[in-house]
Amino acid sequence: MAKDALMDYDKALELFEPVLGFEVHVELNTKTKMFSSAPNEFGSAANTNVSPVCLGLPGALPVVNEQAVRYAISLGLALGCSIAPSSRFARKNYFYPDLAKNYQISQYDEPIAFEGSVDVEMPDGRIVTVPIERAHMEEDAGKLTHVGGSTGRIQGAEYSLVDYNRAGVPLVEIVTDIIYGAEADAPELAKAYVATIRDIVTSLGISDAKMERGNLRCDANISLRPRTAAGEPPAPLGTRTETKNVNSLRSVERAIRYEIQRQAAILASGGTIIQETRHWHEDTGRTSAGRPKSDADDYRYFPEPDLLPVEPSVELIEELRAALPEPPAARRRRLKADWGFTDLEFQDVVNGGLLVEITETVAAGATPAAARKWWTGEISRVANVQGVEASALVSPENVAALAGLVDTGTLTDKLARQVLEGVIAGEGTPQEVVDARGLAVVSDDGALIAAIDDALASQPDVLAKIRDGKVQAAGAVIGAVMKAMKGQADAARVRELVLERAQS
Amino acid sequence: MSEISEEQVAHLANLARIALTPEEISSLTTELDQIVDSIAKVQEVATPDVPATSHPVPLSNVFRPDVVGNTLTIEQTLQNAPEHADNRFKVSAILGEEQ
Repeated sequence: MAKDALMDYDKALELFEPVLGFEVHVELNTKTKMFSSAPNEFGSAANTNVSPVCLGLPGALPVVNEQAVRYAISLGLALGCSIAPSSRFARKNYFYPDLAKNYQISQYDEPIAFEGSVDVEMPDGRIVTVPIERAHMEEDAGKLTHVGGSTGRIQGAEYSLVDYNRAGVPLVEIVTDIIYGAEADAPELAKAYVATIRDIVTSLGISDAKMERGNLRCDANISLRPRTAAGEPPAPLGTRTETKNVNSLRSVERAIRYEIQRQAAILASGGTIIQETRHWHEDTGRTSAGRPKSDADDYRYFPEPDLLPVEPSVELIEELRAALPEPPAARRRRLKADWGFTDLEFQDVVNGGLLVEITETVAAGATPAAARKWWTGEISRVANVQGVEASALVSPENVAALAGLVDTGTLTDKLARQVLEGVIAGEGTPQEVVDARGLAVVSDDGALIAAIDDALASQPDVLAKIRDGKVQAAGAVIGAVMKAMKGQADAARVRELVLERAQS
Repeated sequence: MSEISEEQVAHLANLARIALTPEEISSLTTELDQIVDSIAKVQEVATPDVPATSHPVPLSNVFRPDVVGNTLTIEQTLQNAPEHADNRFKVSAILGEEQ
């Protein structure tokens, strides 16, 4: 595969304005499929979650899953959309073995939700409003494995194996309007947008939203248009490409950046962009050409005769609206104010994906400051070293308990880090680790005084200096005492006692 | 009044994966044109206050509760597959990309 020519990113932005659009597919976590009572379950043995409807057998009749409709309405409302009083399903016709019946049941001219918007928070804290054109219900397709050839990809495959477990899993496809004005932040906006959709569906509890499993999939449309002089009308929109197979937040960002650089290089050298599907390759960080994009006409959409219109009552819509969780952007604003964090501190938390952890740690009794300190500090550091999520290391309850032990003076920060290490290693709760490892601060003045008197006696020159008023000399004695106590003493208390004993 | 062209018929045949001879394309073009003309007569009686009908049954909201029901056994599922391997349907290598 020949490498694409790429233009320097800043240069590309100087010459062209990126114009974006996203299609995000969300797999709903209903118990059954969209149109059949076969289980909607990830990881089952091949072709075991299959009914006659999933196989498109003659005479099989699809029936709509009520829960999927409720979820779709909730998602539409969370996206600020209007809910159609009447919407219907349509057949999207194409020949490909990922669906056995040669069409996908989708919605076309009458989607269940339309005309909304989503507030997306950028890494610098700015809010960008992304316009939503529609959200519609459809069914997922089966999974193909290409066998033969060297890469497991389609090119060179000898044959393909089809598993229909995923065929018919309920999807909601969220389609944005054309997004202008993202400029150099286009890659960051793409990532932040998908992260926001993930936040929304997670807070609604309607999808597992795991991108690596394909629960949430983003197709990124991008085109470039040449900049025009001030006062001139803007240039017409350029030809777009649609990048698929983008299955992590990081890839979304990288794929957009790549396409901007690739398209800019073609346009600047006088070439034309072909309207096509591009496939993102995580390993090489590049996109490659897929099929030319069909016109919608080629799908020969027509109303699905096997299904009746969906006409949600106003009561149902209002019931679902009342049950909506707080929107992610509003929730973030509220938490930032509640916790009293600075912009920088809060961005640290958001970028670390630690909002939930800190919320729960505070709920378990820690102060917001302590919760933030532990999660964005030591726990994130260890998570980085181990290459795991911070949330996988320790529970919010244990973090709160640890912070509590520091507050009450049972532990110093240094000791607390050792206790955390024990908790992460699975040695129990912080209190259990303290007991088992004997790590608590020695708060018994008698033991401290004995150690101080020993240290003073062995360093008479220091004692003389302290008595002369050279208080900073006490540092040497404090160090010796802390060492004798194996660090399990409160240095401030030791200092007080050293000065007291030196004068006696 | 010819609205349907031979190119359109050839394109549709390709989308539907149906191999047609030039003679068949020619005769189907004439037939499809007549069908379209006949159906177009409906427009003469349709008025703006008559909503389009997508379904003859005057029902809506026919739903199913989200409860798991029966599935086919793997033997039933694969019984009509021309070829299968590893409990999956085996199809010839696919030219072109996923939809």
